[in-house]
Amino acid sequence: MADKIKTTVGWAGHTETREIELPDGEPPPWDANSQLKIVSGRVARVDAPLKVTGRAKYTWDLRFPGLLFARVLRSPYPAAKAAKIDLAKAKAAPGVRAVWSEPAGKKILYQGQEVAAVAAQSLQEAEDALALVEIEWEKAPHATDTESARKKGAPMVFPAESQPPPRRVPSGAEITHDGNLRTIVATVGPDVERAFREAEVIIEGGYRTQVQTHSPLETHGAVARWEGEALTVWTSTQATFGVRDQVAEAFKLPHEKVRVLCDYMGGGFGSKLSGGAYGLIAARLAKDAKAPVQVMLTRHEEHLVAGNRPDSTQWLKLGAKKDGTLVALHLKSYGTAGVGVGAGVAGPMRSLYRIPSIKTEESDVFTNAGAAAPFRAPGHPQGCFSLEQAMDELAERIGMDPIALRKKNLKNAVQAAELDRLAHKLGDKWSKRGKAGAGKGAVRRGIGLACGLWYKNVNPQTAVEIVKLADGRYEVRNGAQDIGTGTRTLLAQIAAEELGVPMEKIVVRIGDTSLPHGPASGGSSTAPSLAPAVRAAAFKLKQGGKSANAPRAKEYDALEDQIGGVQAAEVEVDTETGQVRVVRVTAIHDCGRPINRLTSESQINGGIIQGVSYALFENRVLDRNTGQMCNPNFESYKILTANDCPEIDAEIFDVANAGNNTSTAGIGEPTTVPTAAAIANAIYNAIGVRARELPIGPEKILAALRGGK
Amino acid sequence: MNRFEYASPQSVDQAIASMNDGAAFKAGGIDLLDRMKEGVVRPSRLVDLHGIKDLRGIKLDDKQLTIGATTTLAELAANGAVREQLAALAQAASSAANPQIRNVATCGGNLLQRPRCWYFRTAEFKCLKKGGATCFAQKGENKYHAIFGGGPSYIVHPSTLATALVALDGRIKTNKRELALKDFFTLPSADYEKENVLADDEIITHILVPRPAPGTRTHFLSIKERQVYDWPLAEVAVALRAEGGKCKAVSIVLGAAAPIPWRAKKAELALIGKSITGETARDAGRAAVDGAKPLAQNGYKIPLFEATVARAIMNTGRS
Repeated sequence: MADKIKTTVGWAGHTETREIELPDGEPPPWDANSQLKIVSGRVARVDAPLKVTGRAKYTWDLRFPGLLFARVLRSPYPAAKAAKIDLAKAKAAPGVRAVWSEPAGKKILYQGQEVAAVAAQSLQEAEDALALVEIEWEKAPHATDTESARKKGAPMVFPAESQPPPRRVPSGAEITHDGNLRTIVATVGPDVERAFREAEVIIEGGYRTQVQTHSPLETHGAVARWEGEALTVWTSTQATFGVRDQVAEAFKLPHEKVRVLCDYMGGGFGSKLSGGAYGLIAARLAKDAKAPVQVMLTRHEEHLVAGNRPDSTQWLKLGAKKDGTLVALHLKSYGTAGVGVGAGVAGPMRSLYRIPSIKTEESDVFTNAGAAAPFRAPGHPQGCFSLEQAMDELAERIGMDPIALRKKNLKNAVQAAELDRLAHKLGDKWSKRGKAGAGKGAVRRGIGLACGLWYKNVNPQTAVEIVKLADGRYEVRNGAQDIGTGTRTLLAQIAAEELGVPMEKIVVRIGDTSLPHGPASGGSSTAPSLAPAVRAAAFKLKQGGKSANAPRAKEYDALEDQIGGVQAAEVEVDTETGQVRVVRVTAIHDCGRPINRLTSESQINGGIIQGVSYALFENRVLDRNTGQMCNPNFESYKILTANDCPEIDAEIFDVANAGNNTSTAGIGEPTTVPTAAAIANAIYNAIGVRARELPIGPEKILAALRGGK
Repeated sequence: MNRFEYASPQSVDQAIASMNDGAAFKAGGIDLLDRMKEGVVRPSRLVDLHGIKDLRGIKLDDKQLTIGATTTLAELAANGAVREQLAALAQAASSAANPQIRNVATCGGNLLQRPRCWYFRTAEFKCLKKGGATCFAQKGENKYHAIFGGGPSYIVHPSTLATALVALDGRIKTNKRELALKDFFTLPSADYEKENVLADDEIITHILVPRPAPGTRTHFLSIKERQVYDWPLAEVAVALRAEGGKCKAVSIVLGAAAPIPWRAKKAELALIGKSITGETARDAGRAAVDGAKPLAQNGYKIPLFEATVARAIMNTGRS
């Protein structure tokens, strides 16, 4: 039995009424008219006291009776064979309880690849024993950068038939192979060459972005403990259930024999979606030693093997009418995800603007380097860096305001409204900004903006259970982890709101695969998966009973299928030293109806901080001759410091999207997408020269000002 | 990190007696522990100098400033007399690293820290300075490397204090001798495994800086990628005395330019006898980089040093 009900969707000053079918037992969606007490407020994290006092236990902190500590021996070379591996001395070393190694003759495809491991009673003993492992290396030719890997006769990283499959392929795309290169060609609409002939203005340019390592504060790692044939894994993860499935498969165990736990984790941007080689090594060693084993990566290992954002070399051609209407886009790009996949950048090109004819040719170049991992909006900061600079160039060429040009072509009506809001907030700073490069003096100020988008993702296998406890409190249960975005707080807020009780009456249990199934924290899907499920469970519990379990809440047609945002950067460029300082970033982002304004703003702050760091500093450097990493540490792999952090004005643009019963959408990923592009546009406004290569260090600015010299 | 013995001597003599093959002196430990953690060095014993009381403290008399070698950078940066009399030195001390490190890092350690070259600091590279056959930087990733004085190694000297101290005619006192800092640091062409002439059984006990001649103004300027906690791309120390609006005496030293603090003699000559104006400062900047030999990726240091030298000169009038 489904009722038809009316719901009010939209944003302030722009609402409309829609009719939806409400399934039996589902709460009517919170909409633009809902007056809520706890949800959409500014609520401090329920676990903040535990975190700031150090009582929250992270995987690094775990200690058990008899816990062993393991260290992993890794290949120092990007391409080699471990011809002989002798563990005898390591095995006999003091304190050693278990050893593991790959079989002799193992082919090494990247620096840092796991070759052997030792578990001992102390970390020092494990490290001492690791130095006793004897390996006879046979070095092999390597290709670690896209230029050399694309050359004829370059060493093949994978034989053609064993290349890892591409992660996502647009429908109708054509895939071609050429040595280490795999190219995905996709088109939208009519022939792009013909469409360019209709264009009155053509903007064409090259761009480069660098490899960014994930670098979460808590490095990757796990503790594994066996009890008979049952395995428990504590791990710093953003996907408890994903790790469970992976570990169960590796050890041929039924799912119910594997339990994965994660109480707290110190950051993840996509690289903690899998159990990792470290998790499997911990489990293997634990089985042999008949004792729990902890493997935590060092920062050095982290930079080599724990995932990264692929680099890109892009050529982008954009065609438009003189009135700013986009008519055609052609992208050719290549980049390397090392031995992994996912170097494409065409997401924004295909989704941000209405462009009738699009052709994208994206190549993954396999190289002898650690695999990429999905990184906070994979492909999008790279793609936005070129697309949003090209849009600015186009605006200047046709003499149109960059905001007006974007509004004319945006697919997403919410984003167009956000641009109006941004222009209003910036006021004269935007409307009376100087012409590009017109400033005087050594230090020039500039302002620039960019749009970014992300997609609506929901995990349909999400269920929340709420149990009324004997003491009158309610326990909310879901097995998903808190990646750091404030999942406990979100669940407690919604349960309290729906049940009509104060937050203190809610206890939240998460991060445990013995609890009901929850989403992986990937694709900005955690909140939009959990929020409607917990509300549905609370709604059900209100009808009676001591517990309620809500499987899969209803999804409706959302107002917009994209989530997005707009950001403006104000910069100061020292034209004599080349230093760039990002003074302020003004950001407006939407996430449907925000559950918690405070934690949502934190996502904007974090995305921008990571974006500024990407724009100006971060860069994995591999030696061009040996292929080994030069900067596997935080001294020379530079991440912005507090002093480099701009003032951030983060604003949530509330949208009653009616996509689910709480009108919730994600926000983690889009917040980092437009930052680098906005900074590059601001730099152009300041000095009148484009920064086409990331990171934008002093040497790039000085070269740009000298015409590339 | 390897296991090691730990010695805590109470006097310089005891410290020397505690040394053996494979031992290393430790002061703040910022540099040493980093290299141990990265597996670049494995000393079997650490001889901690913190127990030696006379190595710490700052004293200014009529003749000179005396800085104990284990005085921290933070103590030097905060010292009122130093800030007033030797601005460039206080500026250099507060420019290094970050507040946490400056609270621990010592002045002697700052002078003696090993190069920050990423090939030297990463265990996987057996470079020239670690007994290998190659300076990987020469034809590798050399954005941060030397534009002067390179070969066969292309490091830049890592000490920020040294840049200022050489400009101020600083000297060091060891348990064996006293010598000018300009004679203390050595180029790789003389010995590519070392950066100075300190012997294995020698400890810097004090750093000495003569009181500058009346009317001398000093300034230190550092250009970094990040605003804090970063190694400089370029740094410049200037000590300048003007009379009647004309430059009478000047010393200009470049840091992060060469394997030693690099005296920019041509820049000094360009300035002597001239009025200090934006134009003469820029001329001195151009002269400072005359003869530079950039590698493939560090050519940007030439315009950068030009600008930084000119700015530092102009700033001496403001500080």
